[in-house]
Amino acid sequence: MKKQTVKNQDSDQNTERRGMERRDFFKLLGGGIFIFLRPWRGLDLPGAPALAEQGRSLPKDYNAFLRIAEDGTVSCYSGKIEMGQGIITSLAQEMADELNVSVEKVKVILGDTDLCPWDGGTWGSMTTRGFGPNMRAAAAEARGVLLDLASKQLGVPVSQLEVKDGIVSDTKNAKNSVSYSQLTKGKKIEKFLDVKPAVMDPGKFRNIGKSFNHSDANLKVTGAAKYTGDLKIPGMVFARILRPPSHGAKITSVDYSAAEKIEGVKVVHDGDLVAVLHENKDIADVAISKIKAEYSFNEMPVNDKTVFEWMLKADSKANVARTKGDLEEGRKSSEKVFESEFHDPYLAHAPMETHSALAQLEGDKMTVWASTQTPFPLQDAIARDLGFPLEKVRIITPFVGGGFGGKSSNPQAMEAAKLAKLSGKPVMLVFTRDEEFFYDNFHSAAVIKIKSGIDNSGLIKFWDYHVYFAGTRGAETFYDVPNAKTTDYSRNRDGAPVHPFNTGPWRAPNANTNTFAREVQIDIMASAAGIDPLEFRLKNLKDEKAISCLKAVAEKFGYVAGKSPGGRGIGVACGSDAGTTVAHMAEVKVDKTTGKVQVIRIACAQDMGLCINPEGATIQMEGCITMGLGYTFAEELFFDGGNIRDRGFDTYQIPRFSWLPKIDTVILDRKDKAPQGGGEPAIVAIGAVVANAIFDATGARLYRMPMTPARVLDAIKKAEGSKQ
Amino acid sequence: MEEISFQLNGKKTEVKIDPTQTLLWVLRNHFGLTGTKFGCGMGFCGACTVLIDNEPVRSCTLPLRDVAGKKVVTIEGLAVNGKLHPVQKAFVEHDALQCGYCTPGMIMNATGLLLKNPSPTTQQIKEGMEDNLCRCGAHVRIVEAVHTAAKEMKGGK
Repeated sequence: MKKQTVKNQDSDQNTERRGMERRDFFKLLGGGIFIFLRPWRGLDLPGAPALAEQGRSLPKDYNAFLRIAEDGTVSCYSGKIEMGQGIITSLAQEMADELNVSVEKVKVILGDTDLCPWDGGTWGSMTTRGFGPNMRAAAAEARGVLLDLASKQLGVPVSQLEVKDGIVSDTKNAKNSVSYSQLTKGKKIEKFLDVKPAVMDPGKFRNIGKSFNHSDANLKVTGAAKYTGDLKIPGMVFARILRPPSHGAKITSVDYSAAEKIEGVKVVHDGDLVAVLHENKDIADVAISKIKAEYSFNEMPVNDKTVFEWMLKADSKANVARTKGDLEEGRKSSEKVFESEFHDPYLAHAPMETHSALAQLEGDKMTVWASTQTPFPLQDAIARDLGFPLEKVRIITPFVGGGFGGKSSNPQAMEAAKLAKLSGKPVMLVFTRDEEFFYDNFHSAAVIKIKSGIDNSGLIKFWDYHVYFAGTRGAETFYDVPNAKTTDYSRNRDGAPVHPFNTGPWRAPNANTNTFAREVQIDIMASAAGIDPLEFRLKNLKDEKAISCLKAVAEKFGYVAGKSPGGRGIGVACGSDAGTTVAHMAEVKVDKTTGKVQVIRIACAQDMGLCINPEGATIQMEGCITMGLGYTFAEELFFDGGNIRDRGFDTYQIPRFSWLPKIDTVILDRKDKAPQGGGEPAIVAIGAVVANAIFDATGARLYRMPMTPARVLDAIKKAEGSKQ
Repeated sequence: MEEISFQLNGKKTEVKIDPTQTLLWVLRNHFGLTGTKFGCGMGFCGACTVLIDNEPVRSCTLPLRDVAGKKVVTIEGLAVNGKLHPVQKAFVEHDALQCGYCTPGMIMNATGLLLKNPSPTTQQIKEGMEDNLCRCGAHVRIVEAVHTAAKEMKGGK
């Protein structure tokens, strides 16, 4: 905060990227105190450079702002969105502490491109670690402005003032006081800051570090919370779009005469887009089913069974992500060498709310309400693809019914906007569950090959890691290995695409795959060395966060040391993602005749730096653990070329109540450290901890997710065969 | 078009409509009761669950004709004079939700479960809730919330 510079509005003209001039905000918002923040380091983080490469210039003026309104209400404006991760609660806690107001006085306004400053999107568990500290700096600045005003009004120096619940008072005469509301009345004060993220003295926390329930819970339990599909505007019609049977198929002929005969149905045909519109959703559904079309097919010769071989054969470029020491030296000094290959399939995001959008063209302005994680990139895309000036496109993000990375892509919003433009009507497009599966940007299938070795004391001497199409998030080993190399085969490829459909980020993108492979390989070495898997990890770690998480989880779990396989069904694994480190222990029961695995309990310890809302963070950990059981046990996309065979929850299984283990969580007390991500880390090691527990129970090693009963049974048979 | 009459959230309701339309979209589009959610349209996820004569039913696959003469309660009809129903209250207390999209269906299903079995065991709650899907992973808290609601409902509060 010491580094801030204050400028007046006129000196800063750089609004080239913004769709809306800054002065327009004031028209919309009225008076009060406004604090604008310049770009922060958060923009250097993953995603921003990629957006820049795609020709989207990043804003140079500001990325956030805070307003103290004339009624004393504090509003925090951000281009982030709320999809269940709880940021409308945690951001309010942070603002309340800096400004000495009650949490209820803080409004968090999200995801509206006209009201909120530019933001790259809500992913990577970035809100709390990237955005929060900057907003706190803004809040601290606002508090300074308010104290200056109060000092003048009350006639005492700032040092003699204290703030409590939005009331500034004279420490020597409590009656000499003034409220934020009185101070801001009739004023319009703007400040522009280059700030360094603030780190507040933990001793001053009143709300930060305390548990708060979701502030939107009341709206959500009464059905009052509005999601995109809940909106209704006059003249609105529902759209259904004709879909090809598989990715890569193209329409060669289409006959929609039967659909057009249905009263009130309007057919829109523009190039490859064939849609029906009707004010009644059920009738639109009937109309689309009446359309007949022929297609030409151009599919990749790959399916869910051949995909791993396909990936290894793909003409991918090796990219050395990291190298340390000399692998050959490491190999020579190893007593035992291990070589493994791990497989992970394509996964669907399957949020409960399907992609939805409502688009309305009024005059020359396009407004789109969308269930999206990326309102600003969506604004860019609509402006570019449909030929609107940026300032004529507004994206509004209501509550989002789950995203998990899947709503970083917005095909439904592009289509709704196009249909609204072509038809002149407000168009609501709610993806069917079938469309949600078909047009998902799937978690990529991947192959990982690891060669590693240990010396006779159980120290890891080399680590040769090859990752095909999972990327490198979570690929770096945090074990203390003198000779290590990570080679990535998923980037910088020329030539034909490898995936037959779109792939994209899926909660802790790729880190699930990489952590599974690494932590199973570690377990393989621990077992071969005859060392308890916890001890083996501690022996090979210097990373303080990983060590303290492992110790904390062992305590929470009540871990008793023992070599694996020991028949107990207990597994250990750890991981790191979004700046946060996690360690898990799990106990499983394996039915050796059916291969069915039930997780009895899972414990997780998490070091996430300063934890703003322990309740919210715990919920995220529980959610990660529960969702993680899905990719661990059942989730696997069946496909044949471009034909997605899983189109619903009848075949694509996600976690259910009967899968529930007992879940214990512990968040390490790190009040003096910067906050880190909380939405994703606790999911990364679930596959590994379960695989290691299955090994402990049965001696059977699983190298492929999901660990279905058939695969578990197969692994058990192999393990028994090798014993004989 | 047919005239269908039924009780909706305690009020006698008559509607002239194509009776093959699904209850889900009639509730959402005709009555503006958007708390009942579309999740899959095939009865697999439970986001559209409502109570019909106190039984939890998937409204996405139910033609309106089938509710004639029956009592339909949606999430909007659960609170009485702004006072949350014990199940709603318990969901708030336990933070038994994240994105909130499956929540109305979860609450309606849990309410139906408790009407039938006022003192369910954990196992019975899990079985009764099994076919309501939640992607965020709020399950452990939902089970706790149903226990809490059961206690309060039995206490007659």
